Amino acid sequence: MARVVIDPVTRIEGHLRIEAEVNGGRVTDAWSSGTMFRGIELILRGRDPREAWIWAQRICGVCTTVHALASVRAVENALGIDIPDNARLVRNIIAGAQNVQDHVVHFYHLHALDWVDVTLALKADPAKTSQLAQSISEWPKSSTVYFKGVQDRVKALVASRQLSLFSSGDWGHPAYQLPPEANLLAVAHYIEALDMQRDFIRIHAVLGGKNPHLQTYLVGGMSTAIDGNEPEAVINPERITLFNELAARATTFVQQVYVPDVLAIAGFYKEWFGYGEGLGNFMAYGDLPSGNIDDSAGFAYPRGVILNRDLSTVHPLDPEKVAEYVTHSWYEYSDGDKVSRRPAEGETNPKYSGPKPPFQQLDTDAKYSWLKSPRYDDKPMEVGPLARTLIAYASGDAQVKKTVDGVLAHFNAPPTVLYSTLGRIAARAIEADIVVQKLPVWIAQLDDNMAHGDIRIHNGDKWDPESWPKSCAGFGLEEAPRGSLGHWVEIENKKIVNYQAIVPSTWNAGPRDAHGQRGAYEAALLNTPIADPERPLEVLRTVHSFDPCLACAVHVVDGKGRSYGRNVVAVTEPEGSTSLPPDPVAHDEAVLQGGR
Amino acid sequence: MATDESVLETCERRGISRRRFMEFCGTMAATLALPTSYAQNIAAALGQKRKPVLVWLEFQDCAGNTESMLRSPHPTIEDIVLETLSLEYHETIMAGYGKHAEAALQRVVKEEKGKYLVIVEGAVPTADDGVYCTIGGRTALDIAREICGSAAATIAVGACAWDGGLVRSNPNPTGAVGLHEAVPGIKVVNLPGCPQNSVNTAAVLVHYLTFGVLPALDGEGRPLFAYGQLIHDQCERRAHYDAGRYVQAWGDEGHRKGWCLFKMGCKGPEANYNCPTVRWNNSTSWPVKSGHGCIACASSRFWDTKSPFYERLPHPAGFGVDVTAGEIGWTVVAGVAAATAAHAVGHVVRDHFHPGDDDVSPHEEDKDVKTTTEVH
Repeated sequence: MARVVIDPVTRIEGHLRIEAEVNGGRVTDAWSSGTMFRGIELILRGRDPREAWIWAQRICGVCTTVHALASVRAVENALGIDIPDNARLVRNIIAGAQNVQDHVVHFYHLHALDWVDVTLALKADPAKTSQLAQSISEWPKSSTVYFKGVQDRVKALVASRQLSLFSSGDWGHPAYQLPPEANLLAVAHYIEALDMQRDFIRIHAVLGGKNPHLQTYLVGGMSTAIDGNEPEAVINPERITLFNELAARATTFVQQVYVPDVLAIAGFYKEWFGYGEGLGNFMAYGDLPSGNIDDSAGFAYPRGVILNRDLSTVHPLDPEKVAEYVTHSWYEYSDGDKVSRRPAEGETNPKYSGPKPPFQQLDTDAKYSWLKSPRYDDKPMEVGPLARTLIAYASGDAQVKKTVDGVLAHFNAPPTVLYSTLGRIAARAIEADIVVQKLPVWIAQLDDNMAHGDIRIHNGDKWDPESWPKSCAGFGLEEAPRGSLGHWVEIENKKIVNYQAIVPSTWNAGPRDAHGQRGAYEAALLNTPIADPERPLEVLRTVHSFDPCLACAVHVVDGKGRSYGRNVVAVTEPEGSTSLPPDPVAHDEAVLQGGR
Repeated sequence: MATDESVLETCERRGISRRRFMEFCGTMAATLALPTSYAQNIAAALGQKRKPVLVWLEFQDCAGNTESMLRSPHPTIEDIVLETLSLEYHETIMAGYGKHAEAALQRVVKEEKGKYLVIVEGAVPTADDGVYCTIGGRTALDIAREICGSAAATIAVGACAWDGGLVRSNPNPTGAVGLHEAVPGIKVVNLPGCPQNSVNTAAVLVHYLTFGVLPALDGEGRPLFAYGQLIHDQCERRAHYDAGRYVQAWGDEGHRKGWCLFKMGCKGPEANYNCPTVRWNNSTSWPVKSGHGCIACASSRFWDTKSPFYERLPHPAGFGVDVTAGEIGWTVVAGVAAATAAHAVGHVVRDHFHPGDDDVSPHEEDKDVKTTTEVH
């Protein structure tokens, strides 16, 4: 028996460590550990709730924008604010684009190198690669000359003996099974996908000012002014045209490159439909509203829970049943570490008790992660594209059912193969295909509203904090690319007094709970075959199939008893500038009236 | 100066077209405010047979700077990592993992000592012996000391690597600090912003590769070409400010017409950055263009010093349209004054180019660095 340690797990966001027992060529047990902690929720205390999203968004720069959305939803929920339809549409377009972009980047730039041996691309016959490409897709970049050019580029890289970020790969590992021409095809699309993500995300730049870390959310709506008659309005007919162009190019890429590649590569690794099964419990809060955010029946991603792989029943979801354990996490609860706490009454006192760095191995019988262990009704859950797809499928969503059945027919396989490493990869591609097709619908609705003179983008009724109740609390739920995300906020005297987030990768990457129930990664790794414990590439395949995002996953909930008043650091400010200046409004009006 | 033959040879060796390569060199010259003829010099420097080695470290980060780099339009990330540099360690995108990844890093330290470049993203936690961030069982602090300590130079990208950023915000639960505090005495260029703008990062890399020295920096270790000017002075909505046309409420007529966001809390008058000119995502937009105020994300300790973000800036009595916010900025902003001869962009860069020194190698001699780089 050998303890295999992977730290750092690369090609993910954040700092993840996996320890696994390998016995007879199989993983017999596994532990997932988040090794970085920042404490962003603690930092949020005492701040203006209207800007919480700007802070919370920095929980993650890969799934950028998703925490901003969950945050404004939480504050709007607390204050009872409904947003205008245009704001809903802009948020859906941003969230949908993020989902598509994230899935493409994940497949090509974070996950593909687990399946694709870059060096084998050199052995490919470009003519055969061209044949392969043309047999699976209409994508025009498929000539022999084109693939020869890509191959020459790889050749030059290898000849330079400076392989850059490919220098440390496991090339030649026996688990790589693609024929050379498929490797060359994948390398070409790895590079093309870099172009695609760079181009497509300009939709975020227009609607968000920039990506990563968009800067246009507002509690009550968006700052993207809309007006069909104003050239300087952020959304006007010219921009609608641009959105449609970007969405159309992304749709073509997803349907002609991403989806065919996933199917082709999966075809060479069919045994991975049998590995990485995991918990069998799936949860989704649901998202992409067609109307009011409180109307979950109108969500494009349905809400629900599936238990024990039973697709015959989608259980209704009750957010009150979410709670977190810290039994194996580096925190303490005031009433002991055997209990779970609901987010509304959560507390966290970070207390590291792991080995003193530098260390070789964690004590996995004790506490071993900065992630907590969220549970739904005391059960561990998998969240993410597979969970959403299964819940939509089991709920009878016609489009999802058609797409999933098409993929299953391609492999001549039953739905049960989806509970696997490849199932997660396929679900992500299916989801990108479905979501990218929704973008033009939302863009058209936005255009239609504008054409009919509906230019409302922000509900300012509660913008002034004087209009708020003395205290209130709320939560915002969302489906981020990696799964179910929730933010909870408590407001008192116009300030945040309590803030917390339970994020997708905490559900998936969290450690064991008080009952010893494994988290989703830990469960999925069981029985993974390992050809060479010195090079545990297969472990990465299953862990990466979840698309880990560790910066998101590690968070802290403030202990209610602790007092962290806002204590702004001393800034050198010139005398007289600290008191509020005379209101410039009167002055401005004078100017407007020609008083200059 | 690069001859046509040498450029062609470079392109051939790298399997790219001459046109594409020269386009890239031209864009870099423009970002650095150099005459277009300098593209030839850049081409010569980038045509070296052995590519300089770069490692990218991530500590208490969100990977937002990595993502920003992935969206880099000129040069593209593939230009950077395939043609220009050898990026041998970058957790988010590298092929290797676990001990192979760590071995790659150790090989760089050993074989490239004093020659390689480091980019650091994220803050460094110092409380409780650094247990708040470990990689391969080692603390971020331990890794930063070793890797940055043996490098030719370090570039700290994003607010967190510069001064601790959001992670360091009150109450700073993990004792987070920026790189120059974590590892005092190293040669570091700071590229703050949340995240960094990849155009600036690429320009610093190209400047170093072309001229063998780091670009001229302000008192806070930020390159003047990117941080030498107030946002407010470069803002496309500035004319509205001068004319007293303000957005008064989100979505109002002024907002739809692109008027000034000063009253909605915009921090542009206190913020230095080239955000309005280089913009984001292939020059598509920037926050003010998209209707939201600036949050001064490239300013020192901005999370604590510039929020509340929706409160309009205080200003001195007598404030009126005749007094530019540029002047207000000079009065109010702590520490910025040290920064800038505001229009020095380009001059500083050109000062360090010596016509005739065509073969300046990045690793040859960096005696000029001391004169251009404040050590932080």
